[in-house]
Amino acid sequence: MRKVYFDHNATTPIHPEVKEVILPFLSEKFGNPSSLHWAGREVRAYVEEAREKVAKMINADPSEIIFTSCGSEGDNMAIKGVLMGNLKKGRHMITTVVEHPAVYRTCKFLEKFGFEVTYVPVDSYGMIDPDDIRKAIRKDTVLISVMYANNETGNIFPIKEISKIAREYGIIFHTDAVQVAGKIPIDVKDLDVDILTASGHKFNAPKGVGFQYIKRGVEVLPLISGGHQERELRAGTENMVGIVAIGKACEIAMETMDKKSKEIGELKERLEKGILEKVPDIVINGHPEKRLYNTANISFKYIEAEALLVMLDMQGIAVSTGSACSSGATEPSYVLQAMNLDPLCSRGALRFSLGLGNTIEDVEYCLEILPPIVEKIRKMSPFYKK
Amino acid sequence: MSKKVCVAMSGGVDSSTTAGILKESGFEVFGVFMKLWDSGKSDRGCCSLDDSNDALRVANKLEIPFYVLNFKKEFKEYVVDYFVSEYQRGRTPNPCIMCNRSIKFDFLLKKAKTFGADYIATGHYCKLEKVGDDFFLFKAADKRKDQSYFLFNLDKPILKEILFPLGNFTKDQVRKKASEFKLVTAEKRESQEICFIEKNYRDFLNEMGLKEKKGYIVDLKGRVLGTHKGYFNFTIGQRSGLNVAIGKPVYVSKIIPDENLVIVGDDENLYRTTFLIENVNFFETPDFSKEYDIKIRYSHRGEKAKIKKKEDKEYLVEFTIPQRGITPGQAAVIYDSDKLVGGGWIKEVF
Repeated sequence: MRKVYFDHNATTPIHPEVKEVILPFLSEKFGNPSSLHWAGREVRAYVEEAREKVAKMINADPSEIIFTSCGSEGDNMAIKGVLMGNLKKGRHMITTVVEHPAVYRTCKFLEKFGFEVTYVPVDSYGMIDPDDIRKAIRKDTVLISVMYANNETGNIFPIKEISKIAREYGIIFHTDAVQVAGKIPIDVKDLDVDILTASGHKFNAPKGVGFQYIKRGVEVLPLISGGHQERELRAGTENMVGIVAIGKACEIAMETMDKKSKEIGELKERLEKGILEKVPDIVINGHPEKRLYNTANISFKYIEAEALLVMLDMQGIAVSTGSACSSGATEPSYVLQAMNLDPLCSRGALRFSLGLGNTIEDVEYCLEILPPIVEKIRKMSPFYKK
Repeated sequence: MSKKVCVAMSGGVDSSTTAGILKESGFEVFGVFMKLWDSGKSDRGCCSLDDSNDALRVANKLEIPFYVLNFKKEFKEYVVDYFVSEYQRGRTPNPCIMCNRSIKFDFLLKKAKTFGADYIATGHYCKLEKVGDDFFLFKAADKRKDQSYFLFNLDKPILKEILFPLGNFTKDQVRKKASEFKLVTAEKRESQEICFIEKNYRDFLNEMGLKEKKGYIVDLKGRVLGTHKGYFNFTIGQRSGLNVAIGKPVYVSKIIPDENLVIVGDDENLYRTTFLIENVNFFETPDFSKEYDIKIRYSHRGEKAKIKKKEDKEYLVEFTIPQRGITPGQAAVIYDSDKLVGGGWIKEVF
């Protein structure tokens, strides 16, 4: 059976060149970079080399990059680290209703400890209004955390505008850039963000590594305390395989971003147009223009996305529904719910996210398989009368 | 082309082995774990993660596709709400029977057919055989495990779309088979409890909004013997939990929800012969002159009885020998030897 992977916002395959550079760290280069002897020295340089590559991709200084284990760690560190580190200033933060659970649930966790959080709403496109953020600012606000792009809709948020507001009030600004890093160019100086979170496996590095940009001078406490690694901001023996991999992935991303975004963007356009042409009663969710080039979130009216996902999987096509619980059962998407979508639409929403390795044949195969499946499910649906 | 089967996998040894046996006999198999209930401990959490993980590992071992499907809404509406309202009516429900009929062999069956399945299969110990042009259910070969009781109200026309591969297996054979397939669930302990109840059903009913309300416990002549904290905490034949000190054991004989009354009597009073069943389902036309074997609860071994038509879907059952604790809300299931003839819900005991 043909296998088509359209779920790159969930995770991506490891780039062959990335795989190549990590192999020595799975065998002879086993040292601990903190060791003073030859085995340690040998690997230490690779950590710093990787840091440089990461810094370069986002126009930061290498000293502003901290390696983490994943996006969730980065989000936790940013939020808990900033709030704990600025207790004298206040206990309030602002975020949005459509953040990833790594942010959303961390906020909920902190609310139990007396911190206060304002959740800014989204409109029917799933976009936020920077003005809502301005209005939510209080005297004791210490942090604003807004994702760069939404994982479900692909919407790109006006980070630069928000950072200006944060700057105006002297509030620390964090952005969860997990869906953006490696996909489109990031310039932290231009964006003027204080903390930025990224995850390696979303752009062709393996799972288990991420990075955190922390602007020099920003007051943040470590989430994991212990040894002196990572400027004492993130203890724990360095994950050499992950660090080397994410460095290489950043280098590749920088070199290929323009070409890749054009190619993948065209494939996604073809897919979206094809579905629009071939399948009636569908709605494309998210903002019409300000969206990641690789993401299409489409509502198939009158059907349950769960059934569609299963039947596409049976034909080898991997896509995703909004949210899943830990066992994997489909749950209503809180992002689409926050957009106040007609339940008829939100129940039938499917996310196609494209990336490395996808071809026009993949798209054509999907366009051939999908329409009859939708028709079949609709025929069995009590809601569909046509 | 081989026929496609959807196996309802619970993460237990029976359904795991069912999937293995069907795969081995040449069916194109896919597994489904039904997400039915949240314990409500976390805001976006799930129940039985361990079970769904076990089912996933079995599916991977057998190299079959596997999906976790969300049936929480349906389960709440058709099983949990029924469970609560039955207790509210002073009856003792059987949620497994409702789940089989509504969730597994209706909602899941329909979904499985959408996915292209020709059959749905479960790990029930029950035989399904073709007699002439018709399909019938029979008690399983392993009489101690027989679960045909829980299947009495399936719609006859859907039997042709069901497979029960364990009907001819004993539990030991199933475990052996599971070990041969090298399934992680081979030695897994059996679950006996009602799946959505964590501690006891009384706490659960309370959580679901059935509030305790003090009422009287009276004897058969209406004399007050004591008080109780809510009639739904009782079931017919129950002895423990009665805070009555009258010097001899008494048992719940009748529950009158409208008056919040629990009536108790001695053991002898629990033995009855005649009762009414409602919402009756038959797989074949009943013979009113015949003596059938009728089970009045899952653990009942079945006794000789005759049935009489009363009204549409209501029948009168008359045992040859009086039976202890015939309980409204439980199912009376009718057998002709090993063949499942039908059954109904116990409505009233005379």
